[in-house]
Amino acid sequence: MTDSIMTAAVRIQGAGGDQVEAYLARPAEHGARGGVVLVHHMPGYDRWSKEVARRFATDGYDVLLPNLYSREAPGAEPDDAAAVARARGGVPDDRLVGDVAGAAGHLRALDSSNGKVGVIGHCSGGRQAVLAACNLDLDAAVDCYGAYVVGSPPETHPMHPLKIRGFEDQLPKLGCPLLGLFGNQDAHPSPDEVAELDRLLTEYGKEHEFHGYDGAGHGFFGADRPSYRVEAVLDGYRRIGDFFARHLG
Amino acid sequence: MCTYSTEHVQLAGSAKGGPGGWRGLGPTTVYFDHPVHAQALHTLNIDFGDPGGEPSGRIALELTAESARELVSAIQRAFGGVPPELLV
Repeated sequence: MTDSIMTAAVRIQGAGGDQVEAYLARPAEHGARGGVVLVHHMPGYDRWSKEVARRFATDGYDVLLPNLYSREAPGAEPDDAAAVARARGGVPDDRLVGDVAGAAGHLRALDSSNGKVGVIGHCSGGRQAVLAACNLDLDAAVDCYGAYVVGSPPETHPMHPLKIRGFEDQLPKLGCPLLGLFGNQDAHPSPDEVAELDRLLTEYGKEHEFHGYDGAGHGFFGADRPSYRVEAVLDGYRRIGDFFARHLG
Repeated sequence: MCTYSTEHVQLAGSAKGGPGGWRGLGPTTVYFDHPVHAQALHTLNIDFGDPGGEPSGRIALELTAESARELVSAIQRAFGGVPPELLV
């Protein structure tokens, strides 16, 4: 662990060659180390997400947080950008994969890279982390309570089709170990949905470990939210630390 | 969870909020999902979008489910006391 980190706003090449804003946090010292792509949650490229990026940097990783909404609302406040992105139907899955690919490539090109890159996300970002791990060359993935990896939300308006679906059919392509952290009181993903994902990954022979926390619902990592559950967060960060050390070190 | 569900409606009228003062209404989204500021896991959110498309020009509401229902009831009660000929 280090107290000395550097942060910067950078541009990366995302899906379709687009220039995408990103937040880079990395240890100040020299030395080869792994990288982490942090996929922000649906409320956007917000203060909490940047705090999480800095936390993993103090753990010794180069961390890159791409702004998934930078195309829709460049320069806007994160919550305003999230509102615009939502009004336009959200982030298409293929674009997400392209942006994470660009972020992973950016991390591997850093002079401090040891060549290994993991991905982590919370809520919608948890789903997207698994999606990225099914489509990209990554070394570790962490899904914190992402819904709709299996199953899909109901359609609500024919004029505005949802851009997300479950992607059970892509799970055979999962190319790296997966750590899943879930709240046992969460409705989506429910314990049954988590069990189904566990069953499918086991059937496909995919390395994974899932942990569920009693007394925790959805969003328990959110330090600025009433859903925060300190016991789950402390254990969760310990497990993420162990997982990254094993696969990104 | 993120519901991903969003209702879209085009509104006519005006709103006031922010440094720009009064302005017209236009594209509006309504959804029940995570709030940014309200201390609840999920809220009924309304984004009165800026007719000119400026992201920072939106006027945003985050209502608890109970408050959202109370607001709907209050609007219906307000209409209930109005002579029909005025509702044009």
